[in-house]
Amino acid sequence: MEQDVNIKITDRDGVVHEVVAPTDMAMNLMEVVRSYELAPEGTIGICGGMAMCASCQCYVLSDTELPEMQDDEEAMLSEAFYVKDNSRLGCQIQITPELEGLEVELAPES
Amino acid sequence: MIKTDILIIGAGPTGLFAVFEAGLLKLKCHLIDALPQPGGQCSELYPKKPIYDIPAYPEILAGDLTDKLMEQCKQFEPGFTLGERADTIEKQDDGTFIVTTNKGTKHHAPVVAIAGGLGSFEPRKPLIDNLADYEDKGVEYMIKEPELYRGKKVVIAGGGDSALDWSIFLSDVAEEVTLIHRRNEFRGHLDSVEKVQELKSAGKINLITPAEVIGIEGDGKVEAVTIKQDAKTYKKECDHFVPLFGLSPKLGPIANWGLEIEKNAIKVNNALDYQTNIPGIYAIGDVNTYPGKLKLILCGFHEATLMCQSAYQIINPGKRYVLKYTTVAGVDGFDGTRKEAPKAVVKKIE
Repeated sequence: MEQDVNIKITDRDGVVHEVVAPTDMAMNLMEVVRSYELAPEGTIGICGGMAMCASCQCYVLSDTELPEMQDDEEAMLSEAFYVKDNSRLGCQIQITPELEGLEVELAPES
Repeated sequence: MIKTDILIIGAGPTGLFAVFEAGLLKLKCHLIDALPQPGGQCSELYPKKPIYDIPAYPEILAGDLTDKLMEQCKQFEPGFTLGERADTIEKQDDGTFIVTTNKGTKHHAPVVAIAGGLGSFEPRKPLIDNLADYEDKGVEYMIKEPELYRGKKVVIAGGGDSALDWSIFLSDVAEEVTLIHRRNEFRGHLDSVEKVQELKSAGKINLITPAEVIGIEGDGKVEAVTIKQDAKTYKKECDHFVPLFGLSPKLGPIANWGLEIEKNAIKVNNALDYQTNIPGIYAIGDVNTYPGKLKLILCGFHEATLMCQSAYQIINPGKRYVLKYTTVAGVDGFDGTRKEAPKAVVKKIE
């Protein structure tokens, strides 16, 4: 469908999943992971998507242009573990048509 | 030994509402929570965030929801064991349960309702080698009794609301408060950030940023911490080190209670009463799972209500009861109070 985007998500076991995400349901990347059950419930999106727990941290592998990081996301990442230069919080990335072809890897559970 | 009718594990919104519903059935409740205050996630993670899907509240702050639930269940005089985690459960020969916390407090009840949300909140601990050696010997991960810090030198580490709020609070209690954070920016509520700024300017809080505590020293108790700031490392004398890096929920010991677990949650019979595979143990709210489960506060309220009706039958076998409406029957508190609707006025029109 026109409003869907294709995203490649590597789960915490290293398995790559090619998923289709809707852009018209106000979903974020963390919610897409949950909707496809790519990480066990209770290990991702613990705070519900408020940039307050870093359980949805992921590494961005493609050079897809992403929404700019806001202060709360940056602050949370500054207190999280396993943070790399390409770390983002999945809950802060809204699914939009611009994300077509995005590739991410889920950070380890901490 | 604390004795009660329904022992509720978890003092979040679902557990607190269960107290009210149990009270209507004249059942007394006691709650255990790992956090030092009631409210669960609502008070710990997002007290100042609005919730928009509580029926009849177009908008309510999570902290206010907790306050209102406390007010609503107050007349049923719930007991609380706070700041302790429910660790073990033993089924007695008579079918009742004894639940013991990590601090050794024992609770005895015929019914246990687990309303533990995502699990008990465990502090996220900074990576300091000898941190564990000083736990409860000057290192505390949450502040339970502010008086402990009166006249003492306290170092707090962290960049969120709890680090800010406690620094502000203790600046009036402790001899010296030092707040250390890895960045210059703080993640807290704007008012708190401004207040800390003010107290810093007034010389009431030492603010050290960007910096990190990397070591602890002391003979049997905390006497100093090692601080790394930019390229230099130095020691700072103190009596307490309080790292406040947030809490992360873990299902924890409950996972070993012999309950059927699926997707990090406890399986329950949702067609009936939210009982688990062990008769007498229920799971309500975010901690349970069943086909179609939604982790919503409003669903927790519903589950708590049905649980209480079922628990009544376990506690009072064979005793008859029918659901009564509070509008009709009023509410009789265990504290002797009574709430009731005013009687209708019957008056003749001449």
